[in-house]
Parts: sequence; C-alpha cells; structure tokens
Amino acid sequence: MSIKGKAYIMGAFEHPLRDAPDTSTPQLHMECALGALADAGLEKDDIDGYFCAGDAPGFGGMSMIDYMGLKNVRHMDSTETGGSSYIVHVGHAAQAIAEGKCQAALITLAGRPRHGGGRPGARMAPSAAPGLTDGPPEAGFENIYGGSTHNTYGMCAMRHMHQYGTTSEQLAWIKVAASHHAQWNEHAFLRDVVTVEEVVSSRMIADPLHLMDCCVVTDGGGAVIVTSPEVAKSLKRPKVKIMGAGEAPKSPLGGQDLDLTYSGAVWSGPRAFDEAGVKPADIKYASIYDSFTITVLMQIEDLGFCEKGQGGKFVADGNLISGVGKLPFNTDGGGLCNNHPTNRGGITKVIEAVRQLRGEAHPKVQVKNCDLAIAHGTGGSLGTRHGSATVIMEREA
Amino acid sequence: MSETQERPKTLSRPIPSPAVSVETKPFWDAAREGRFLIKRCTACGKAHWYPRTYCPFCASGETVWEESPGEGVVYTYSIMRRSPGAAPYAIGYVTLNEGPSVLTNFVDVTPETLKIGMKVKVKFQPTEGGGPPAPVFAPV
Repeated sequence: MSIKGKAYIMGAFEHPLRDAPDTSTPQLHMECALGALADAGLEKDDIDGYFCAGDAPGFGGMSMIDYMGLKNVRHMDSTETGGSSYIVHVGHAAQAIAEGKCQAALITLAGRPRHGGGRPGARMAPSAAPGLTDGPPEAGFENIYGGSTHNTYGMCAMRHMHQYGTTSEQLAWIKVAASHHAQWNEHAFLRDVVTVEEVVSSRMIADPLHLMDCCVVTDGGGAVIVTSPEVAKSLKRPKVKIMGAGEAPKSPLGGQDLDLTYSGAVWSGPRAFDEAGVKPADIKYASIYDSFTITVLMQIEDLGFCEKGQGGKFVADGNLISGVGKLPFNTDGGGLCNNHPTNRGGITKVIEAVRQLRGEAHPKVQVKNCDLAIAHGTGGSLGTRHGSATVIMEREA
Repeated sequence: MSETQERPKTLSRPIPSPAVSVETKPFWDAAREGRFLIKRCTACGKAHWYPRTYCPFCASGETVWEESPGEGVVYTYSIMRRSPGAAPYAIGYVTLNEGPSVLTNFVDVTPETLKIGMKVKVKFQPTEGGGPPAPVFAPV
C-alpha cells in the first residue's frame, strides 16, 4: 500500500503581495485559492477536500470553508506542524485521494504579520491599523450577539418544533433513555433515572431547551488506538473492524436557504454507510453525539434511522433504551448523563461503541449479538457552522 | 408582590464592540451613519451575508455594497434565560427580504410575543467601548 502515483498536483499559486495593508487574511486565503484554481483550470465547486493550518482564521477549516463557499467539501484536515504543515497536507491529501475520500483537494496558507494579523493561534490578533482586527471573517457579525452552544442549539430546536411539530416531551425522552443507561455506570456524573415530567419541568436555559436537555460539564478524557490488520491479529483483544467513515462541514455559506433543521450528518452518514456496505436498519447499537437532546434527534433523522421530521415520534416511549426500544443509544449514559470530557463528546462515543462490539458494556445495557455499531458526532454548533463525522464498526469473530 | 400588573420586560443585552477588518470597514462606517449594508454579487446577482469581498456562491470578485431597508422575518430564535448580568436576551436569525439570513439579537419585544415568522426591521444599537453600532432587529 502506497500513495505512489495515486495523486497529482495540478494547480499552484503564490500570492504576489508582500505587504497587504488593505487585504484581510481570509481574503488572502481566497485569492490564493482562486489563483490555484485558475492555474489548474478548475472551479471552486470542484473542490471536495480542504486543508489548512493555524494561519487560517477560525475553527479548524470551518470558518474558511464557510467564507470561501466551499459547498462540496467531504474531507477536511487542519493538521498543524508549523511551517511544514502544508507539505504534510500534500501527503495527507494524496492519502485521502488514494482512498477515494476526495478528488480535488485545496491547500491554503495566508497571513499578514506586517499588519498584526494572521498569526497562528491568535484568533483576534490586533491589526497595525488602529481599530481594525483580522480574525475569523464571521467574528464581527456573529460573536457580538451572545451566541453559546445552549442558545444556538436552542435556535435549531425552536425551528424543528415550528417546522415539524416536535415537542419538549419528545426531546425529553432522549434524556430519559440516557438516564436509564447511566444508572448502571458507576462512573457516570449523573446516575439518577429521570422522567419526562422532570425534564420538561427543569428550569429553562435557552428556549426551548431545559436544564435536562443539556449535557454535563466534566473533566477527564479518553483515548483510542487504531491498528493495521496485522497488529490487530497479534493482539489478544476482540477485534473491532472499521467498515466506513464519512465527514462533512455544514455552515450558512452566505446565508441563502438557511436550514437549521438538519445537520452535516445528511452527508457524512451516507458516505459511511456506503463505504461499509450497510444500511441504518442493520445497526445494532448507536453512539450519537448528545450535547443536547435536539442534537440526538436531528442526527437520528439525518443518519436515516427515521424520516426527516419524524425524530420526535421515533425517540419517544423508550425507543432508545437498551432492551426496550429499537435503537439502543449511548448505553454509557452519554454526554447527557455520563461524561462530556472537556466539552467534547466524540471520543466517548467511539469508546462505548467499542465496549458494545466487544460485549463488554454493562450487562444491564449490553445489546445482544451486537455485531454492527455506529459512532456519530457533530462539533462546533449546529446553529452556525459545524463538522459532522460518522464511523461504522463491525465485530470480527 | 404588588397587585398592579408588571409591564412585560422587553428583551435586551449590552453588545460588545464588533471586530472590524479592512474587508468589513465599509459596513461599520455605514452603520455609524445608520445605514444597513449587504453585499451583492453583480456576476450571479445573489445577495449574501455576512459580507465578503468574493461571492460565496460563484467566487466572483465583482461584489458591491448595497443599502438594504433591513426588513425580513424571524427564521428562528432562542431566549437565553441565564446569562450573568444580561438575562434574558434573544438570539436568532432574520431572513432578509433580499434572501440571506442574518444572525442577530431581537429587541423591543418580550419572550411571550417573539415568534417565528414575525416581521422585523433592523435598527442600530450602540456598542460597548465606543465601537460602531450593531444591527439588531425589532418588530415592525
């Protein structure tokens, strides 16, 4: 296995400016992108892979993907190794292309150290020009309005309720199911079983989300080791085979046709299912990111476990409780009850899926014959810009 | 508790000074004059938000500032109930008549009366620290 001969560099462009008092750092990134696209003879919308490092303003690649309007990106990489990042990116892009994860990858670098902007790591570096800054392009138009995870996910829930008739009681069932699982987890931050009534009568945090619609805040962490088949064979642990993976950003992209009722899972999910050669109905256990109850509901719809807009009915009446419902989810108690280390729940989603596939989940929540599982998450905010990721895993006998 | 009915409290919050870049300075200069600008691409004809030099739809650099009446409808919102020193306030998106949706705060409205689909119009609220005023939206 090698990348040798599997990918080509077809566009390259060096920005002509050496002093850029009148051009923002995002604009420099865009002009570099346009220059390389013109050189290659490609259009913006041909790009389906985006690579950047710490000089790119914003959150990983997501602010620049949104700014540039890269609507077809299905592979992202913001590996940071300083000045060598972009050479690393060429190698990573070749790997991604060799695997079919993308066909045309864009790598950009830009900054304005002469004008105080674009320093890696400095999100809002002061510009040399008085009163001007050079941070993420959306900052001036978004950060001033008091957006938080609570109220930007609240905006999604409010719209979902308006459009599909989803109710607070239906959302509450997601927390209820998580609490039924957490009671068996001795490490869970919250172990009490709660009722729908208790969830909807907990205090309002950000309408329509109540306190119990929100995940816990916990310290801690996790780790995962992925190996080659040869290494896996040499080890004594049960084998969890990775069958497919998909990823996608979602952002307002200029604000036309804004729709906050779906997430990037509508793209990352099918990519993972297609690669694995399985369907949502085949999944025995699902780890679904649960920063808030609405996060779970939207992602269950977007992954294809039910029709769009039917998530409320799907999650109600214990349908997510192991041993009771059709789709056992987050059997560790998830972010809603167990753990959300450093406000990032992705790794605990993978870890509980591994426990289920190994048959090592708590006996009270272990899914019988659990041979196929999904771990799915979104990061950032469903209400502004986020990255969606899906992995499908199989137990190998 | 007095028996006289309390007037419903309208939503509000202090807004920090916005980050202004060389690319967005014309927007904020106009805001100081009470004018609400959006960007439109003369190549594809579409308006976008937030304002960029290059069109996020067709990548053309032929974008122009356009004065907008700042009218539209509430696409969605959430009311933040617990925020140190500033609760409650409403954040949400307005879909402008020109097409793009804009993240903002809603003012001059109560939690009970704010609704999806409500017609709203831009107004400018002074920001902290002497920065340019920020666009917020109030019921028409």
